[in-house]
Amino acid sequence: MTGDLIQFALMGKYIGAGLATMGLGGAGIGVGTIAGNFLSGALRNPSAAPGQMANLFVGIAFAEALGIFSFLIALLLMFAV
Amino acid sequence: MADEAGGLVIDPMHQFQIHPLFGEGPLTWYTPTNQTLWLGITVVVISILMLIGSAPRKVIPGRTQSITELLYTFIHDMVEEVTGHEGAKFFPYLMVLFTFIVTSNLLGLIPGSFAPTSHIAVTAVLALMVFLTVTLVGFYKKGIGFLGMFWVSSAPLVLRPILALIELISYFVRPLSHSIRLGGNIMAGHAVMKVFAGFAGVMGLASIVPIAAIAAIYGLELLVAVVQAYVFTILTCVYLRDAVGEAHH
Repeated sequence: MTGDLIQFALMGKYIGAGLATMGLGGAGIGVGTIAGNFLSGALRNPSAAPGQMANLFVGIAFAEALGIFSFLIALLLMFAV
Repeated sequence: MADEAGGLVIDPMHQFQIHPLFGEGPLTWYTPTNQTLWLGITVVVISILMLIGSAPRKVIPGRTQSITELLYTFIHDMVEEVTGHEGAKFFPYLMVLFTFIVTSNLLGLIPGSFAPTSHIAVTAVLALMVFLTVTLVGFYKKGIGFLGMFWVSSAPLVLRPILALIELISYFVRPLSHSIRLGGNIMAGHAVMKVFAGFAGVMGLASIVPIAAIAAIYGLELLVAVVQAYVFTILTCVYLRDAVGEAHH
């Protein structure tokens, strides 16, 4: 009976880890929005584009950070819980 | 191997295991491990590259000299552009950060090697150093005025305490996201390649597909290795700008 319970808890852990990875999809949307908007802006004004590369990468990094937290939750569920 | 019904035969996380270099035994803080070995190799490679590259000092540079000069000017321009003139005195620190991260990322991509930056223990130390540097430098330069960073004076007065709380939380979350971004990206890339290698083992003749995919992902990982080092360094520049530069709120 306790074996069943442990199996059940394990199932919840793996399902939870899988669900947590869905947060990375949000990071993907954010990074895509930033890169796409940068590209459309850069095509309108190509001469201003190189000066904004740093801002592009910083924006991508900040958008990615929030997705990374869900990745962290997945890792914690897999290896720490 | 292939007819086992237990899923993947190759464990994608096996490559990240830390084991002692000599013999067996418990891991203590002074045990030389594969982590230590590859951190050392990284330092040696950087030193050799920089020594060979800066030795000739020709007007028309050779290949190695070009690499070191490009690296130097790239980081120097980035620091000047992002942190301003005041932050340029942190150039040696940022140069070390970038060269160390990019070299260990690229060395980790050699098949059979070990990527120290795939471990959050390593990246967390790097990120905590950045966090401590930024905080100490900020308080040293601006005194108690450094706390003005959390008090957004351009926002309406009602919103300011809420914004201060959010800014405070985001300030303390910085080392976490800073370290996991680098470690997570490198670890995930290596694990994905290993998963595809596992597919190649069980698909017989059709394994040409995962092998081609590994080649493509390898190219992507070369890009990721450089971009993540760049992102780590430029975020350090942005954080330093908060500490040394003008308040931009």
